This record gives sequence, C-alpha cells and structure tokens, in this order.
Amino acid sequence: MGERLLEVRNLTKHFPVGGSLFGGGRGWVKAVDGISFAIDRGEALGLVGESGCGKTTTSKLILAAEPPTAGTIEFEGRSLADLRGEALADYRRKVQVVFQDPFSSLSPRMRVGDIIGEPMKAHARMSRQAVQSRVRELLELVGLRPDMARLFPHEFSGGQRQRLAIARALSTNARLIVLDEPVSALDVSIRAHIISLLEELQSRLAVSYLFIAHDLAAVSHLCHQTAVMYLGKIVETAESLELCATPLHPYTKALFAASLPSHPDEPREEIVLTGEVPSALNPPRGCHFHPRCPFAMPRCSQEEPALIQRSPGHRVACHLYDGTSA
Amino acid sequence: MPPLLRVTDLRTHYFGFRGSRVVKAVDGVSFTLEAGETFGLVGESGCGKTTTCHSLVRLLSSGARIVGGRIELDGEDLLTKSPAEMTAIRGRRIATILQDPMASLDPLFSIYSQVAEPAYYHLGLRGRALRQRVKELLGSVRIPSPESRMRELPHQMSGGMRQRIVGAIAQAGGPQIIIADEPTTNLDVTIQLQYLNLLKELQRASGVALVFVTHNLGIVAKMCDRVAVMYAGKIVELQSVRGLFYDPRHPYTRALLDSIPKLGVREPLYIIPGQPPDLSALPDGCSFHPRCARAMDRCRVEEPPEYRFDGGGTARCWLTDEGRASAPGGRAAAPEGRAAAPEGRVSAPGARRG
Repeated sequence: MGERLLEVRNLTKHFPVGGSLFGGGRGWVKAVDGISFAIDRGEALGLVGESGCGKTTTSKLILAAEPPTAGTIEFEGRSLADLRGEALADYRRKVQVVFQDPFSSLSPRMRVGDIIGEPMKAHARMSRQAVQSRVRELLELVGLRPDMARLFPHEFSGGQRQRLAIARALSTNARLIVLDEPVSALDVSIRAHIISLLEELQSRLAVSYLFIAHDLAAVSHLCHQTAVMYLGKIVETAESLELCATPLHPYTKALFAASLPSHPDEPREEIVLTGEVPSALNPPRGCHFHPRCPFAMPRCSQEEPALIQRSPGHRVACHLYDGTSA
Repeated sequence: MPPLLRVTDLRTHYFGFRGSRVVKAVDGVSFTLEAGETFGLVGESGCGKTTTCHSLVRLLSSGARIVGGRIELDGEDLLTKSPAEMTAIRGRRIATILQDPMASLDPLFSIYSQVAEPAYYHLGLRGRALRQRVKELLGSVRIPSPESRMRELPHQMSGGMRQRIVGAIAQAGGPQIIIADEPTTNLDVTIQLQYLNLLKELQRASGVALVFVTHNLGIVAKMCDRVAVMYAGKIVELQSVRGLFYDPRHPYTRALLDSIPKLGVREPLYIIPGQPPDLSALPDGCSFHPRCARAMDRCRVEEPPEYRFDGGGTARCWLTDEGRASAPGGRAAAPEGRAAAPEGRVSAPGARRG
C-alpha cells in the first residue's frame, strides 16, 4: 500500500464537567480514550459507532479544532503538536472537512463562488481571477455547472449542497478529508450520487478520507479499513470486507445484526442488545461493553481487554479472543 | 369482508399564492389495509408519503386540501366526518407515531399525563384503573420501573425511551391502525433494532395494523407484508414485500434497490440521474420518465394507468407486461413498448455518471 499519511497514537480527549451541577466533585467525560489508527495516502478509513461513542470528538482532534488531552497525531511524518504558525496553517490547508448537514454548513448569505473560494483566500495568496477560475474547475470536478458560482446555497438541493461542501473541502488541495456523516441527511438516490462522487474523486486525486458514519453498508462500500468505536475506544478494526465477513467483537456483531437486511429473506444473526449506551461520564468498569454484552464473563467486569491482533490487519479488544479464555 | 381501511384515488393538493401555485403532493393514491398487517409506504422526501398519512387522519396544514377521493375505515367515509367525529377517531381508532419524539412529547407535562390522555378521553378510564393502564402501557414498551419513571418529564428520558413512550401513547386508546411516520430516523442502529422488534411484538399482541412510512428499504424488508412505492405524489408500484425485492416491476423501484450500498459488496452503485421532480411543475406523461433508463416515446406524452399483474400487485408503467392483457379501459395493445424495452435489470455501468 501507499505511504502513511496520518498516524494517530493513543489519542485521548477528556472533557471536564463542572462540580456543582452534577453534585459531588468535578468529573471527566472520557470522550476519546486512547485510540490509535493510521490512514495511508489515497486510502479511506471508516469510523463506525453509535452517537456518543466519540466519533465526532475524534474528528475535531484531527481537524486541530480541539487539543488532545494526551496522545499524538502525526501527519506526513510531523507531529501536529509541534506545528506552529505557517506549518499549522499548512496542516489546516491539507486537512479539510465535510459536515453532515449541508443546510447548516453553507452560509446562506454568501454566493457559491465565495463559499468555495474562501479557503483559498484564507490560505493561499491568489489573485481574484485565479480564485474564480479555480472555483469553476472545482464546480466541474464535483459535477456542477461552472456558472453556478453566482448562485446562493438556497438555490441548490441537498445533494447539490453536499457537492458544494466537497468542492470547498477540495479547494486548497486537501490531502485528507474528514467526512462527518456526509450522506446521512440525504435521500436514498442522492446518497448513491455522493458516494460515487467520493469514490471518483479519490481515484482521480488520491485524496484520503476519514469517513465517520453509522451506516455500515456505506462504510464498507467506500472504505478500505473500518474501525468500530464504543464509548471512546476502538473495539475492533479490520479490512472492511473482512469485517463484514467475520466480525469478532460482540458489539460489531450486534451492529451488523442491527443493520437492516437488503432483502426480506436475508439470514441474520439475531443479537439484540439490551439497554442503551452508558454515559461516558461514568463508563462501566472493565470492558465498557460488558453490561450490554450477551457473552459477558465475570472477567469482563474486572479487566479491560487490550486491542490485540487476531489475524493480519484484524485487531479486536475482547476477552473472548485474548487466548486465555478460548 | 371489506378491508379495514380503503383509500381510493386520494388527492391532496397544497395551494399557494392564492391558488396560483398548486402542489399535487398526493395525486390519485389508492391502497387497502387489512387488519393486523404491516403496510409500507416508501419513497424519497417530497414524494407525498407524509401528506398521505396526514390526510388519513385529516391533520393537514392550512394550505392543504383533500380535493378528491375516499378514505373508508370499516366502510365509513372519513372525509364526510365532522371535526368532532374525527377527534373521536384519532387516537381511538387510528393513532400516529411521528419522526421526532422530542417534538411529539410536550416538555412541560409528565410522562404519566401524556400516556394517560388517550385512555382518559377515549376509554373513559379514571383513578386507579387509569394508573394501572399507564403502568401496563409503559411496561409493554419496556420502560424500566414504570411506577417511578412515569412521574418524570420527557427531557429525563433518552431518545430511544422517548420514542418508546410515543409508542405507548399510540397504543393507549386501543387503536386498530397505527401510522408510524419514519419512527426510527433519529435513533441509533442498535436502538432502532430494539424499537422495530418492539413494534412487531406489540402488533402480535394486539393485532393492530401498522402503516410504516419510511425511505429505508431495509426497514421495509424487515417489517412489512406489503409495500407501496411512491414517486411524485403517486403510488408507482404496490406489491408484496418479496415481490418488490425479487421481482420489482417499476423501473423506479429497481433503480432504488440498485442504488443502495449492500454490506460486504463493493459493486458500483446504480445512480438515478437527475433530481426528484418539482411537484408544482411535473413533467408530461409519466413523472419518472426524465430519470428513467427505459423511457420510451409514449412515456413522455401519456401517463401510464395502474396496471394489475399476477399476485395482486399494481404498477404504473407502460412496461408492465402482464398489464397489457388486463389493462383497464381497453388499453390492451402497446406493441411498441415490448419492442423497445430491453429485458433484465436496468444496466448499471452504461447509466453511470461519467
């Protein structure tokens, strides 16, 4: 595979919660709790999990919108924590984002040309003509007409707006695009348009994606690698097709069981989880998943399982697979 | 025996700018619902699913009017009922579950008073019997310790619990039909599965008929017995769930099925070209023809009627082969259709965007 673009090691983000409101002392929400992953050039990594599992906090840390509590983010071989001034601006130029809701992520008062051109004005000293011609190029790249630069966002449909957001992310020649649930707000037929556009852009521009989603089918379609998160930790990571074929962690299995069938007679392993995701303020001891896990053993409530390699590229954090209990 | 609910040629239009702009949100929708069955209504946003549901219980916004058709519940026409009679039907005989549980629960009233309301008004329960009923209802939707939780307010519940409480309210009046309009859109996948299984269980226990409105074909595959696919205010295909997935008759249904990513398969997705149409300026002929890979000359000028085919399904498409023999109104012959139509599924690679 290609060279390493992003390497995240032991990334941690704890948010303080004030004492008075919750009674007792000051607590910490462990939104992201020691996760590690890597993305190669031109690759896509899917980050899957339910709400509150830390997906979005992870994306904020990678976008340098929040400083991590601990751990390192290395981009093109340099640690993000060491970047200052021009180097940090360059990082931000190369790491861009597309949000879930294209209705709130585009300013209604700006013309499309200004929206797409803004990152270029902020990051590169380009003449107005150069910006304009680049905006046209980008609009064509994402499948819109160049003359649409004069329009306002309200003149576009949801799918077209998401194309605008993608064009904006690409405007500064981004190397990594964080896609935070980019298709969840879109209609079925439009979803296919955007997923195919993302695939096409990846093969043309060799850009990398961090694709954050809860739709396993979309993730397995677009991403080479998938990592499953639960309460701030990665519980399983593998090559996407392998993960679909042989999920190991009970939570991953439950996610697959919960993903809806593609036809009425599709066989399903019925794992219905009881209860809901516990609060990250006070996660359960041991394995965070044990209160909902149908295979929980006494050990699971005591010891936290480590993420260990089961087969090349397939790692899982579960006591069922760490050898001693098998 | 007549069906529980029969909708015939329902037309609901929105009138804007003093009637100069008419949006035909529902334009000739017909279907039936049998007692105890689950009927799916699928389509993309703006196809008229929600307006259809709101028409059934006559809860339309001020700009909308039902301009034609019949809605019969057990043989009674709901469109001739007075507002007071409709109030007696809503919640008692037809209940609704809406998409956003936070918006359908009142933040200022306790869970108890909101779940109790339909039983109080429709069933006339009071005092201890009412309390008992609320406890049973909350227990049936798996609210842990209902006795104490029913004194709480909606903001103290998680999203999944709120939606289950809305489910309890829908059942409280003992309805024959529950209309669920995208009830799981805001829920996480594992919670969604819990909720869908719960609805199935409640249905088995009480024999209520479900109308499931969704854009998610996976939910249809899991939940429904029969499905109607809507496009631009019309039902373009209606058939059994298996029929729909294994032998879709309308090109739109086929295209929808092919445009969904499937787990563990990395084939290119089929892309339906273009955008859903503007309901106030529909194209001539079949509304789907500008996006249809198999459109013929006829589709551009003439609107296809509802063809009936074997197995009790219907499709609004000139390509429906079986329809030719039994087409209504003597429109039996359509020879150019057979010649022009390529057989098999809509071909994906040729139709993909470049």
